[in-house]
Amino acid sequence: MKYQSQAVAKPYFVFALILFIAQIVFGLVLGMQYVVGDFLFPEIPFNVARMVHTNTLIVWLLFGFMGATYYLVPEETQCELYSPKLAWILFWVFAVAAVLTVIGYLAVPYAVLAKITGNEYFPTMGREFLEQPTITKIGIVIVCLGFLYNVGMTILRGRKTVVNMVLITGLIGLAVFFLFAFYNPVSLTLDKYFWWWVVHLWVEGVWELILGAILAFILIKTTGVDREVVEKWLYLIIAMALISGILGTGHHYFFIGAPEYWLWIGSVFSAIEPLPFFMMMLFAYSMIKQRRRDHPNKAAVAWALGCTIMAFLGAGVWGFLHTLAPVNYYTHGSQITAAHGHLAFFGAYVMIVLAIISYAWPQMKGRLCNSPQAQRVEILSIWVMCLSMLAITLLLTAAGVVQVMLQRMPADGVALSYMITQDAISSIYWARLISGVFFGLGIALYLYSFVIAQRTHHLAPALEQPR
Amino acid sequence: MSDRFTKGMARNIYYGGSVFFFLLFVGLTVDTVTAIPERENRDQLTESVANGKAIWENNNCVGCHSLLGEGAYFAPELGNVFPRRGMGNEEIFKAYFTSWMNAMPTNVPGRRQMPQFHLTEEELENLADFLIWTSRIDTNDWPPNIEG
Ligand code: HEC
Ligand code: HEM
Ligand code: HEM
Ligand SMILES: [Fe+2]
Repeated sequence: MKYQSQAVAKPYFVFALILFIAQIVFGLVLGMQYVVGDFLFPEIPFNVARMVHTNTLIVWLLFGFMGATYYLVPEETQCELYSPKLAWILFWVFAVAAVLTVIGYLAVPYAVLAKITGNEYFPTMGREFLEQPTITKIGIVIVCLGFLYNVGMTILRGRKTVVNMVLITGLIGLAVFFLFAFYNPVSLTLDKYFWWWVVHLWVEGVWELILGAILAFILIKTTGVDREVVEKWLYLIIAMALISGILGTGHHYFFIGAPEYWLWIGSVFSAIEPLPFFMMMLFAYSMIKQRRRDHPNKAAVAWALGCTIMAFLGAGVWGFLHTLAPVNYYTHGSQITAAHGHLAFFGAYVMIVLAIISYAWPQMKGRLCNSPQAQRVEILSIWVMCLSMLAITLLLTAAGVVQVMLQRMPADGVALSYMITQDAISSIYWARLISGVFFGLGIALYLYSFVIAQRTHHLAPALEQPR
Repeated sequence: MSDRFTKGMARNIYYGGSVFFFLLFVGLTVDTVTAIPERENRDQLTESVANGKAIWENNNCVGCHSLLGEGAYFAPELGNVFPRRGMGNEEIFKAYFTSWMNAMPTNVPGRRQMPQFHLTEEELENLADFLIWTSRIDTNDWPPNIEG
């Protein structure tokens, strides 16, 4: 850490990890309800647990991106953050809004939450991932604007590297596309059409810019490879991401009422979408191979390299698996979708946030990296999390194949109903639940590595003092 | 990567490519928005259907169910529940739907549960109209069969 103000990333990272734990606890509740249908009913119905699971996921990733930005931008621009105080104020606004929203989900029935937050005057609630009360959504926009102002002013004052320009472009895109969350027409098809401008254009569009920038930063720092080379890769990766990903949105327009030409456009362009993820893997691998120094933070490098591999598997391979219209006709909205959603989110976005935390956290504590003992435990936790997430993905894929074969492919009259099919899959869901418990153990191990790092801090190489 | 391929070239592909494809996407969106009213029968989108959509959202039905394949995967697809349970007859469907909603939760031990939403008769009528209207959207023949 070279600049004092980079330390405002700390609360963002801490809060991100707290929400991560909450996310997984509710994931386990969901996994349990899949096999024991009345588990925690009526106290926590499935839809409530699911909202908490997915919303905490998105929000902790946003905290992670913000923390990453506050850490990385001063170092890239070579000047202090414009206003650390604003960053702290926005942290508290966002954290309090997140906690209140989760309490709202859990404390009252959803319809009551909609009523007391005045959803009837400006209806935006009740759509997947966008379940937050309108007032929370407005809060998110305000936090994003303040954040962009703070970061923008910093970049204006300092050095404009490709990494921070790509990062801020991604962040501006994130804020701009979120505005479509406020558009909720009475037409279901239009609603769905523009809903994807938030969801797809985030994860397969602007978030890839954020991912690419954070990845490039970590690779520059840990391998010492020339910026020119890194920047060329970064441009090419994000070029491919947007060229394929924008029209690739069409893979969600097959069966919601949009015109037939989307069957072609969506299939063709989304079939190219794995390319940027493949390139990220090559990029990380070739930078590490050409490295000019051996950075002692092995754990951060492991997260970053692992991120590109798991993202390629989850987004690239599992995405391609069901993205062609004739395949998607059978797999649309099945457990195959859930399999892909888990591995893609985990590989691409969970892992990049954990990578930057792994790189930045020791430095914010005045160490170049953690002690070898702590790093060993952290790397073990990477393996546990990755392998159990792979197990979850493979099991959900198996569940999806059975579901398609019993429920979707046979003709009317022969096809089994949804509920009977689910009964037939229950043993696979049990195995998924067990894999989920292992994932939870992986997090416990990860958190334990922080304890070891603290205990063995005298064995870690110290950092030069911040300027 | 080869030296003949410069950073400037990569940057130009990024700017040029993303602007070009975004504009193309906006153009296609204009065409789609123009085509949707006919495909979804906008003329049949009555006030009752619109209210039904609001009730659907206010009760977060999509947190358990999928609708046209999007949402959650914990409970049956409802985009085609009208043909499945009403066999194309609105009266039969409404009778079925009302009794279903009022019978929830089943409280069958171990079985997946759907909450009781305490909806009025009018609200149930609106919801049923919304589901009927939804089932008539031209979805390129999805789902493959009646089970959804
Ligand atoms: C907490 C999860 C949950 C929520 C929220 C939920 N449902 Fe359900 N729903 C279920 C489950 C589970 C079933 C299957 C029950 C069974 O077969 O025993 C079901 C079944 C149905 C069925 C029958 C489907 C068929 O094919 O026979 C209809 C209709 C339905 N729900 C409508 C709704 C509506 C409308 C809402 C919103 C007001 C809603 N549900 C909210 C869980 C939920
Ligand atoms: C990191 C990047 C990605 C993430 C985080 C991601 C995440 C998701 C999620 C969560 C869904 C489910 C949405 C819902 O609930 O309806 C989904 C759907 C889908 N994704 Fe991705 N995805 C990524 C990249 C890709 C790529 C590269 C492809 C194609 C090659 C792809 C193809 C699809 C398809 C076809 C669907 C629709 C599934 C259906 O019909 O039910 N995704 N994605
Ligand atoms: C970091 C790890 C995890 C990530 C990134 C993640 C992500 C997600 C996402 C994106 C969805 C929405 C899926 C979609 O719409 O297709 C989802 C739903 C779900 N998750 Fe997770 N999850 C994680 C861990 C877990 C764990 C450990 C479990 C439990 C064992 C779990 C169980 C579920 C269940 C049951 C659903 C609901 C699927 C449905 O709609 O029927 N998740 N998760
Ligand atoms: Fe997509």
